[in-house]
Amino acid sequence: MLLDALLLQLGYNATLVAIGAALLGTAAGITGTFLFLRKRALVSDAVSHATLPGVCIAFLLMAFAGGDGRNLAGLLAGSAVSAGIGLWCMNWLTRNTRLAEDAAIGAVLSVFFGFGIVLLTVIQTLGVGRQAGLEGFLLGSTAGMLYSDAVVIAAGGAVTLFLVLVTRRPMTLVAFDPEYAAARGLQVDRIDMLMMGLVMAVTVVGLKIVGLILIVALLIIPAVTARFWTERSEYVVLLAGLFGGVAAYLGAALSASAPNLPTGPLIVLVSFALFALSLFLAPNRGVLAAVLRHMRFQRRVHLRQGLLALAQGQAIYESLTLRLLRRADLVRADGVATGKGKVRAAKALRDEQRWEVVRSDVTQEAAAALYDGLRDIETVLTRDQIQEIDRRIGGPREVVS
Amino acid sequence: MEIVKTQPQDDLSTGQAPEAKMAQSPLAIRGLTVSYGEKPAVFSVDMTVEPGQMTAIIGPNGAGKSTLLKAALGIVAPLSGRVSVFGRSLEEQRARIAYVPQRASVDWDFPTRVIDVVLMGLYRELGLLGRIRGMHRAKALDCLERVGMGDFAARQIGQLSGGQQQRVFLARALAQGADLYLLDEPFAGVDAATEKAIISVLKSLREAGKTVVVVHHDLATVTEYFDRVFLINTRRVAEGPVAESFTEETLQAAYGGRLATSQIDKLARV
Repeated sequence: MLLDALLLQLGYNATLVAIGAALLGTAAGITGTFLFLRKRALVSDAVSHATLPGVCIAFLLMAFAGGDGRNLAGLLAGSAVSAGIGLWCMNWLTRNTRLAEDAAIGAVLSVFFGFGIVLLTVIQTLGVGRQAGLEGFLLGSTAGMLYSDAVVIAAGGAVTLFLVLVTRRPMTLVAFDPEYAAARGLQVDRIDMLMMGLVMAVTVVGLKIVGLILIVALLIIPAVTARFWTERSEYVVLLAGLFGGVAAYLGAALSASAPNLPTGPLIVLVSFALFALSLFLAPNRGVLAAVLRHMRFQRRVHLRQGLLALAQGQAIYESLTLRLLRRADLVRADGVATGKGKVRAAKALRDEQRWEVVRSDVTQEAAAALYDGLRDIETVLTRDQIQEIDRRIGGPREVVS
Repeated sequence: MEIVKTQPQDDLSTGQAPEAKMAQSPLAIRGLTVSYGEKPAVFSVDMTVEPGQMTAIIGPNGAGKSTLLKAALGIVAPLSGRVSVFGRSLEEQRARIAYVPQRASVDWDFPTRVIDVVLMGLYRELGLLGRIRGMHRAKALDCLERVGMGDFAARQIGQLSGGQQQRVFLARALAQGADLYLLDEPFAGVDAATEKAIISVLKSLREAGKTVVVVHHDLATVTEYFDRVFLINTRRVAEGPVAESFTEETLQAAYGGRLATSQIDKLARV
């Protein structure tokens, strides 16, 4: 059943939902990355909650005008307007009051959402139009998705992706160094606004599939997951798009493979599974890598201590140290240093003296903070910095052959 | 303040008309006031930077040094005042200005490598969609070499020391190929080797006819490094060549009682 779903064999509606979700997931992952890099991830949560009053008001207007209250394009337009108002309120609050952004987010999110829930209840009691399904916007509902809905989602996702492609450089620059960006003549306010506009577009487009409560997960989790794997922003963007797309596709397929499994929450759970995998398995930033690094570190400590002991003619008692030195061919079986061992030992001692200079110099504070007794000093300082230190130590005193 | 009167603002040695002076200056500021809340950080300041020289902006903490620079660049909006760059408006001349912000102003855990930061300096050249080509990378690498950081191009920026971060920022400014360089506290908290590297790059810029303006906090090195000083304490205190304007009198005026007289004597009379 699941395999059928993955291969798009579960019929028309399931296929529409899976493809639509994958597109949405990609667009959300990519757009959300810039939000994450700008450290404004939670703004998207306020934006998404602020869509609810707009959806309800649009429904009422369309129903009273005699049309079909559930026209998706109309509802999305309404949600965009109220999300825009919410965003404007947040900006106004942070700029013109002493409120910090997190407080503004909390205020806007709860007030708009509360108002939306009131409207939703009113609509249900009024019994206007065919209101059934409106609460589907809370957690997403894909059961009755139409071809035209899928087209709206696909078109919205495509436009968003195109805009991100065109503005990726200014957005990255603003996220990394807003002052420098402003000095280059970039309108930081406008770029932030554009970024928020893109987030709003993704949110509105994703309402139908994931729902407004969980859309924040689709914007943020892929970016956080991608960050585990790379140190380059452009790869974070691409990987986030990939993770978002895969998670949404898998989640949609899963929900189609069994009756009554909700699409949005499943997408979020798959997204989380990718996050958890990355948390443990990613190189450098992952947990497993950290454990391995610690073990490697322990060996380096022993090796270094052994070398320093050799250089100063002290006896080595630790068996691990001796074993490591022997394996690296630095001492003979009887514990006497080999030629290679002597050279390495002298270098270790020399570096130790250089580090001493670095650590006694206030202006070298940052470099000194990297001191761990192990690092080769040339991995931390530039050549001219080392020369300056050697000049201060005065002559290569301790280097023995 | 008396000192300002003894050095009339528009008559700096050449005796040219003020308009002509302003037209030539790489950075001319008139009547600039910037305020955070209701307390002006910079009040009605005039400044005329001389072309091809190295100028230090000096003053006590909170005197508005960085704010002056940021307002000149339009990073913070002034309440009043005019800024002209090479005789034209700031917006027209943006491409000719390189700015080096304080390194504490960014998050160094940002996912980017040293070379990518320098490539940001080529932002205008690349445009929105232009591909980064070999020549762009070569140019960025060359700028890194000039600050002694060629070996660090592929490092993640979080692995750098403070001095190295500062050098990367300088390399990014060099990549712009600008005519006017504005640096905000480039020597704050950096090691001796980095300070040497930065000052030698700045001197090479001056030799190439560029103009350099530095917000500087270390009074002991002013005479050694700079041609001109601009002393500020919310208002302009003095402006001119180091020999004339970096004196006991001007320092007293800028720092008030905060510097011991013996200290000032040592600094001003070298």
